[in-house]
Amino acid sequence: MRRERETPKQQQQQVSYTVEHLVAVNPYNPDILPDLENYVNEQVSSQTYSLDANLCLLRLYQFEPERMSNQIVARILVKALMAMPAPDFSLCLFLIPERVQMEEQFKTLIVLSHYLETGRFRQFWDEAAKSRHIVEAVPGFEQAIQSYAIHVLSLTYEKIQRPVLAEAINIEGLSLDKFLEYQAANSGWILEKGHGRGQLIVLPQNEFNHPELKKSDADSVPLEHITRIFPILG
Amino acid sequence: MATNYDYEEAPATYDEAHRQDLGYDPNFVPDSVKSLVVHLYRHIREKNVYEIHQMYEISFQTLSDRLFKDTPWPSVDAVAHFVDNDQVFCLLYREMWFRHIYARLSPTLKQRIDSWDNYCSLFQVVLHSVVNMQLPNQWLWDMVDEFVYQFQSFCQYRAKMKNKTEQEIALLRQYDQAWNVYGVLNYLQAFVEKSNIIQILEQEKEGLEQFTATDGYDYSGGSNVLKVLGYFSMVGLLRVHCLLGDYQTGLKCLLPIDISQQGVYTSVIGSHITTIYHYGFANLMLRRYVDAIREFNKMLLYIYKTKQYHQKSPQYEQILKKNEQMYALLAICLSLCPQVKLVEETVNSQLREKYGEKMARMQRYDDEAFAIYDELFSYACPKFITPSAPSFEEPLVNYNQDAYRLQLKLFLYEVKQQQLLSGVRTFLKVYSTISLGKLANYMEVDDPTLRTILLTYKHKTHAVDSEGKVISNADVDFYIDDLQIQMAYTSNFGLTSG
Repeated sequence: MRRERETPKQQQQQVSYTVEHLVAVNPYNPDILPDLENYVNEQVSSQTYSLDANLCLLRLYQFEPERMSNQIVARILVKALMAMPAPDFSLCLFLIPERVQMEEQFKTLIVLSHYLETGRFRQFWDEAAKSRHIVEAVPGFEQAIQSYAIHVLSLTYEKIQRPVLAEAINIEGLSLDKFLEYQAANSGWILEKGHGRGQLIVLPQNEFNHPELKKSDADSVPLEHITRIFPILG
Repeated sequence: MATNYDYEEAPATYDEAHRQDLGYDPNFVPDSVKSLVVHLYRHIREKNVYEIHQMYEISFQTLSDRLFKDTPWPSVDAVAHFVDNDQVFCLLYREMWFRHIYARLSPTLKQRIDSWDNYCSLFQVVLHSVVNMQLPNQWLWDMVDEFVYQFQSFCQYRAKMKNKTEQEIALLRQYDQAWNVYGVLNYLQAFVEKSNIIQILEQEKEGLEQFTATDGYDYSGGSNVLKVLGYFSMVGLLRVHCLLGDYQTGLKCLLPIDISQQGVYTSVIGSHITTIYHYGFANLMLRRYVDAIREFNKMLLYIYKTKQYHQKSPQYEQILKKNEQMYALLAICLSLCPQVKLVEETVNSQLREKYGEKMARMQRYDDEAFAIYDELFSYACPKFITPSAPSFEEPLVNYNQDAYRLQLKLFLYEVKQQQLLSGVRTFLKVYSTISLGKLANYMEVDDPTLRTILLTYKHKTHAVDSEGKVISNADVDFYIDDLQIQMAYTSNFGLTSG
């Protein structure tokens, strides 16, 4: 009897189920290293993410440094960057030997992380443009960072000028117009005309309209507590 | 009540000074030791947990102090025939024998390796055969604690390759499985799994199991050893993961234990402190400062109130040391996240006394401040390890500081990123509203820089908790309306609106 061929998606789901299972029940086992490496590539191509599995792999690399793959580590770090505002990038760095962190591509990633951690979005996008080979290797990178940028902006601004927003998310001109229209229609953004100074965007005060935070298993997670501030403001 | 043991009336003929001159005779068993092992063996067979605890905690210590201040105890071979050559008792005795070496003397490489073998044998027995003992929680905790400690000690020792003798190197190559990180982690994991402790704790919440209520002891004729070892192994795993720099996984291993309540982990002071110390440290590295502050505060208050009861205990020094380290960590947390309301009065005044001046300097974020962060972190942090085996080919170097240096470097990097935030805080506390332009002026930065500082403040004060939710830990907060900053004071931050 011929079994029906599984769709790629089904196969992918099975792989992730198996690897997650391994990480949960048998994490301290050098034999699972190849599976974990495959899983990193899997996360990259299918735009999923698992911090636990990646930490497990970094630990195994720590136990057996001669088996470390710099390419895989770089991919893990890019995925971790995409998980911001979660501190995943730091968590990964804690497990990577200093001499490895001194290598060029890792220094670049650390600089990128630094810019994001300190709200320096313009510098971030400039640097990212110079390092396309690193960041373009991971689909969804740009959107993830834009999502993080909007998250921080939403924590900070009630009303934001268009150029400030544009610089943070690296979208300009017509694309930005389209983006703003979309957000106005779907996320409760309000587009105002600023007094001769250009467009002002009013970011929503409703926690449910905030962008998704990328975590390993949770879906979109609402921002808590910043909404408490609003009753105080006039 | 406890029987009066012979050692109280030890014959005067046994003179410790003489013995030191003659050198250690592993086969000589003083009467007091014979008495101890015979009684201990009997109590274990009869499951008199209280008696066992007295002998373990008090008698063993007293004899060590009097007779074995700087020599090993008699060898297990010399005492075995007093206890029917009981395999398990001998393994337990040997475990204490090695622990004494580590505590009072300096273990040789061979002793380190032999101790590993002993743990393997002991753990195999517990994991794979039916053990019918009840041992005091103190003893079971000490076993797990010592196991992790000896692992840490071995990694530190092994990483100092520079002055190793040829014999040492040969031994290290030959016994490359001794204290290997996989073995250590897998034993701890095996205890957790085989004991089924996670499910037991789950079911306890639904009233289907009794564990915490009996302090882990089995009152239906069974044994508490596997269950309690499984329980304490979760703390052991937290500790090992912290030593490796994997704070996320460490906290995950601890998750089944509810630290907002009393539990078996609080039944032994050493376990209580180790749990909270590592929990707090891990949260500090994960930037969850509020969680760290809360737990350190509770623990420090508890120690303040109860340390007098532990003055005579062999753990007293360790309790005091960890106490001081947690104050240092608390000082760090509060400098990065000023939430003084979270700290109880007594703890706060102790903190001011010990670190008041340093904390003031830390919040200035100049070079001196970084030096103080460095100092406190280095004093209080765990003894990080490099888990991989050394390469014997390279020129032999000492790399025992590498792990610590990396964690320190990354920690200071984080501190540096938060450098400008205290300046912001100061201004936010003074003004209820201020224009971006004015604030930029006062802070002597340009407009774009100010914006990045404000974004950084928001990002750093809104941490992501263990469930992926964003939680604010800001004591003062603000919002920008175009070009105007509006202040918002959070009273009970994170709990109710201001």
